[in-house]
Amino acid sequence: MANVTLRNVRKTYPGGFEAIKGIDVAVGDGQFCVLVGPSGCGKSTLLRMVAGLETISSGEIEIGERVVNTIEPADRDIAMVFQNYALYPHMTVYNNMAYGLRNRGMPKPEIEQRVREAARILEIEALLDRKPRQLSGGQRQRVAMGRAIVRQPKVFLFDEPLSNLDAKLRIAMRVEIRKLQRRLATTSIYVTHDQLEAMTLADILVVMNGGVVEQIGSPLEVYHRPATTFVASFIGAPPMNLIALEGSELRRQLGDHGDATTLGIRPEDLTLTSGDAGDGGLALKLRVDAVERVGPESFVYGRPGDHQGEAEIIVRVAGEHTPALGEHVLAVASRAKLHLFGRDGRRLEP
Amino acid sequence: MHKNVVFQHRWLPYLLIAPQLLIVLAFFYWPALQAVWQSFLLQDAFGLSTTFVGFENYVELIRQPEYFGAVIRTFVFSALIAGSSLSFALLLAVMADKPLSGSTVYRTLLIWPYAVAPAVAGVLWIFMLHPSLGMVARGLRALGLDWNPLLNGNHAMILVVLAAAWKQISYNFLFFLAGLQSIPKSVLEAAAIDGAGPMRRFWTVTFPLLTPTIFFLIVVNIVYAFFDTFGIIDAMTGGGPAKATETLVYKVYLDGLLGGNLGSSAAQSVLLMMMVIVLTAIQFRYVERKVTY
Repeated sequence: MANVTLRNVRKTYPGGFEAIKGIDVAVGDGQFCVLVGPSGCGKSTLLRMVAGLETISSGEIEIGERVVNTIEPADRDIAMVFQNYALYPHMTVYNNMAYGLRNRGMPKPEIEQRVREAARILEIEALLDRKPRQLSGGQRQRVAMGRAIVRQPKVFLFDEPLSNLDAKLRIAMRVEIRKLQRRLATTSIYVTHDQLEAMTLADILVVMNGGVVEQIGSPLEVYHRPATTFVASFIGAPPMNLIALEGSELRRQLGDHGDATTLGIRPEDLTLTSGDAGDGGLALKLRVDAVERVGPESFVYGRPGDHQGEAEIIVRVAGEHTPALGEHVLAVASRAKLHLFGRDGRRLEP
Repeated sequence: MHKNVVFQHRWLPYLLIAPQLLIVLAFFYWPALQAVWQSFLLQDAFGLSTTFVGFENYVELIRQPEYFGAVIRTFVFSALIAGSSLSFALLLAVMADKPLSGSTVYRTLLIWPYAVAPAVAGVLWIFMLHPSLGMVARGLRALGLDWNPLLNGNHAMILVVLAAAWKQISYNFLFFLAGLQSIPKSVLEAAAIDGAGPMRRFWTVTFPLLTPTIFFLIVVNIVYAFFDTFGIIDAMTGGGPAKATETLVYKVYLDGLLGGNLGSSAAQSVLLMMMVIVLTAIQFRYVERKVTY
C-alpha cells in the first residue's frame, strides 16, 4: 500500500529531445490511475520512469513516502505487466511466477503457497506446468498478472497490457483487472491509448499529450468538463464536435461568448428536430452525408448546408430511425451543453 | 501455410536446380564415392597393381594405436577450440550488446578476423609465439616459462588451438550478438524488476535463451575444428612435433599424399565423413526440436 507522487518530473534524452516536460501527479493509496494519450505522448516513458527502467532527468518520484529517483527497479517494490507480457519463455508458468520470489530468497513452502494462491485467483491452476508458448494470448496475460500479484508489491504498473488481445477478450480482461485491483487494493498506474479502457478503469484519469498533462480528474469530470480542445477530442467516442467560431454565423446565435474561438458539443447532446433550439442554445442546419447504425444507436454525419468547407458534425441518435442521405435537418443543443474554448485551446468557464 | 508452386513446364524445375546439383555431384558425390571405392582397394608401393581387399583397410586402421591417438587428439583439439572460442565470443558479444557509442565500429572490427585466410592467421600467431622470433614468446620466457612449441607437443597444441580459435571467434561473435539482440528487452527488464541482478539475469534468463545458438555453434565449431583447421596446422606445425598436432584431417593428408597409402587414407576420410554426418544429423534433430524454447 502506498501513494505515488510525481513532482515536476522531466525526461530529456541525450539528443536533446524532451519527452516529458514537467509532470505533477499524485496517486492516492489504493487508487487506480490511468495515463492516457496518443502514441508518442510520453505516457509509457513516464511509467518506465516510475518503474526505474528509465532515468529521471529532473524532478522527483516518490513511492510510499520514499523518493526512488536513484533506487534500482528491484528495490522499488513495484511489479509491472508489459505489453508483450515479457514472460520468461524457457520457464514454466509456475517458475515464471516464482522467479521474483526466489530472487528475494523467500523460503520454498511460502513461494509454493503464494503461487498457488495467485493461480487460484486468476484461474490458471491447470496451466502451472506449461511453457508460455503453449498458452493463448489471454492465458499469457493472466500469467503476467500472476507474476505481478505473487510479489504483493506496493504498486502495480501496467504498460498497455490489453492491446495484444482481441476485442472481446480485451473487454473481459478489463473488467477482471478492475475487480482484481479493487480486491487487492493495490495502488496502480495503467498506461493505455484506448480512451474507453481509460474511462472504465480509472479512479484518476491523466490525459497526456506531447509530454505534458492536459487534464487530471475523475473520468466523468474529464468527460463532462474537458479542460482543453485536445481532451475534448480525445475522450469520448465518437469525439466531441469542435466548431471554429471565427467567421461563422454561429457567433451571432450564441450572443455573449466571451473570447471563445472554438465551440464544442458532444454528439449525444445534439438533437435532430424540426423546430428550433428555443432556449438561446445552438441550432445547426445540416445536410446528411453519412449514417452509421450500430444497433442501439446511430450516428448521423452532416455538414452545415451553407458552409461547404466546415467540419463534419456528428449527431448521436437513439435507435435506428435516422434521416435519409442528402436530407436537410436541424440539430439543436441547449446552451448548458455547450463547451467553449479560448484561442489557446483552454476551456472558458461558462 | 504451405504453398505449392505449380510449374507450367515439366522440365523447368529440374532445369532450375540443375546448376546446384551439378556442382554438388561433381565436387561432393563423385569424390566421395571415389573415396569409398578407394577405401576398399590396396595399392602396391609403386602404384603398379591394385587389389580389392574389402574392409581390410578399415580393420587395419582400427587396430593401429596411432589412429586411435589421432582420434583422441582431434577430439581434445576440437573441444579446446569450441570451448575457448565460444566462451570468449560470448563474453565479447555480451559486452558489445550494451548500448555504447561507436558500436558499429568495434562490432565491425570484431568481425574482421574471419576474413583472414587460415594460413595467414597461422603465420600471424607464429610471429607472435615463435620461440626465437616471437615477441610474446620472449615475454613468456622472461616470466620463466620454457615456451617452445617447436619441441614441446603441448605447447604446439596450445599454439594451434589459439590460432584456430581466434579465427573462429568472429563467426561465433556474430551469432551470439544476433542471438542476444533477439531476446526481447522487456524480458530482461521484467527480470530486473523481479529482483535479479545483472549476473543472475545473465545466467537465469539470457543464457538459457541462448542455448539454441550455443548448440548450433558447438556443432559448427567442431566441424570447423575437424576440417577447416588444415591450413592452420599445415602452416604452423605440419602436424608436429612428433605428431602432437596431427589431427584426423591432417593424418589423411600425410598418409595419402605423403605416405602414398591411398587405401588407408581413403578409409580415414570415409570415417571422417561419417562422423560429420552424425554430427549434422544430431544438430538438425536437436535444432528442430529446440529452436523455439
